Amino acid sequence: MISAMLSEAWMAMWANRLRTILTMLGMVIGVGAVILMLAVGQGAQQQVQASIASMGSNLFIILSGSTTSGGVRMGGGATPTLTVADAQSLEELSSVAAVAPSSPGTAQLVYGPNNWSTQVIGTTPSYLQVRDWQLEAGSPFTDSDIRSTTRVALLGKTVALNLFGDEDPVDKTIRIKNSPYVVLGVLAGKGQSLDGRDQDDTVLVPVTTAQRKLFGSQFGGTVRFIMAQAKSAEDMPAAEKAITELLRQRHRIRDGADNDFSIRNLTAMANTAAETAKVMSLMLGAIASISLLVGGIGIMNIMLVSVTERTREIGIRMAIGARGRDILMQFLLEAIIISVIGCLIGVLLGVGGAYGVSGATGMSVVVTVNSIVTAFAVAAAVGIFFGWYPARKASMLRPIDALRFQ
Amino acid sequence: MLDPVIRIENLHKEYITDAGDVPVLMGVDIKVFPGEFVAIMGPSGSGKSTFMNILGCLDVANSGNYFLNGRDVNHQSSDELAKLRNEVIGFVFQGFNLLPRANLEDNVALPLIYRGIARTERLQQASNMLDKVGLGKFCKSRPNQISGGQQQRVAIARALVNQPKLLLADEPTGNLDTRTSKEIMKLFSELNQRDGITIVLITHEPDIAYYAKRLVRLADGLIVYDGPVEHAAAEHLEQTS
Repeated sequence: MISAMLSEAWMAMWANRLRTILTMLGMVIGVGAVILMLAVGQGAQQQVQASIASMGSNLFIILSGSTTSGGVRMGGGATPTLTVADAQSLEELSSVAAVAPSSPGTAQLVYGPNNWSTQVIGTTPSYLQVRDWQLEAGSPFTDSDIRSTTRVALLGKTVALNLFGDEDPVDKTIRIKNSPYVVLGVLAGKGQSLDGRDQDDTVLVPVTTAQRKLFGSQFGGTVRFIMAQAKSAEDMPAAEKAITELLRQRHRIRDGADNDFSIRNLTAMANTAAETAKVMSLMLGAIASISLLVGGIGIMNIMLVSVTERTREIGIRMAIGARGRDILMQFLLEAIIISVIGCLIGVLLGVGGAYGVSGATGMSVVVTVNSIVTAFAVAAAVGIFFGWYPARKASMLRPIDALRFQ
Repeated sequence: MLDPVIRIENLHKEYITDAGDVPVLMGVDIKVFPGEFVAIMGPSGSGKSTFMNILGCLDVANSGNYFLNGRDVNHQSSDELAKLRNEVIGFVFQGFNLLPRANLEDNVALPLIYRGIARTERLQQASNMLDKVGLGKFCKSRPNQISGGQQQRVAIARALVNQPKLLLADEPTGNLDTRTSKEIMKLFSELNQRDGITIVLITHEPDIAYYAKRLVRLADGLIVYDGPVEHAAAEHLEQTS
């Protein structure tokens, strides 16, 4: 029975090839658009997530805050109030996993005939842990390098490339501000940060070396900011509270007075960015779904025309014994076949289009099985939903009226 | 005696229109027994088309009884009516009513689909039936590739493929020329005499009616004559001479 109906449906569709194909086109475009948009949206989402992961997880940045001097309020970070000792004491907190004081500055680097200006960060070995940063070659500097203020450096990938080209930088000596530094290792590539900066265009040196030998400081032992990593995401509120209390205590701030530092929760910011990307992705999918809806209405339109055109045929079929539900099935099956075949072509076009877009523009796209299955299910549902009304209309015809129809 | 194929008692049918109720059949009684060949005649407006529709289970009467092959037609659901049409009745229409897209074999096999018979079996029976009406070699042709008379033969083959108890023909020669009409009527006579198929035929042409054995004349919603066709033919000759 069902095979007979399938072949009947095929015959009817074949008899109106052009119309069938045009109707199908609505579904093809709808499904293709949904898959393409979901792929682009999810690609963007993945990119954001990758750069969030490259930042490190469960991060706080503690900046020295503003101070007030004779009624004049200075901007954030104007007065260095944070010290390496602060960082060391923060490490004792139970909710904090790792702490890295950072003292950045800009310097000119020279190796052989090449030179390069970049950001040099004075920090401690735990910086690598906080930022979740691996070494590509060589080894990190150690706490003994911090204590003895040795002139050693870890190069970011961009810096290594600009100074050394294809040469292996490990154990070579470069000059930073005309002083010789031994390259201990090269950091693995991290790519762009959320705000588009090249994270690999940087050099790490021991914080004490940066303070005393490289940049100097009018306030001995101070750092620009401290990065702290909480033990886990759940520990973040507790860690923030503990850090604040400890620093207030260490800085001897009276109750009621403002903090002379500020704490920023980087993870919260990152989550906002991730959320934004997700909403974007959903929006794209939703807009594309509208074309799927339009395709469905196209199917309904054509099926209604088809029912009217074939009223006499329906009458003949009823006269020779077709029940209402046989007629219903016949027309419903046609609508479903159109939408399912349209969907298959749409999936191919959508996936092809997604890779085409990524090939042409370098955008990252992600085609998931999930999005294909969803598009497929939605298309079948659209076929049934929009095929139902015309099919129902056909099945409700009275045989004598249908037979008399000219 | 055999049970009647058709037993109709005091059948009434009226159409409800904006201008009020229009009575079409006003108390029709008739019995048709297996093997009969009945022609129903009447001027336009006499209610013969309505009567045909009710006989064919395409429409339902307002009151009275209609038993088809022993089944009370007035109290059946639309699905049961469809089953009756499929299993008990074979239709032949004035306009042939073949599906233009399908070849002759598929056209003839169409009623078998709704019986749930498998494809190979369907096509086998269909081509047998086409052989029977002399069109076996046109199995794969389409309706628009053959003549009107041949199309009507295909329609007859389709009507017979389910081995119905009753063949209903509604002006089967209305669209055909005289010579082809005669051929079709000969086929009906043959089916009735040789195979014993019960036939009820509607026509307004006396020449066609005379192929039947029994004549029923309708006028203004009532049966005004019901008897052997020879008697009516004699009357007719008297009137025209």
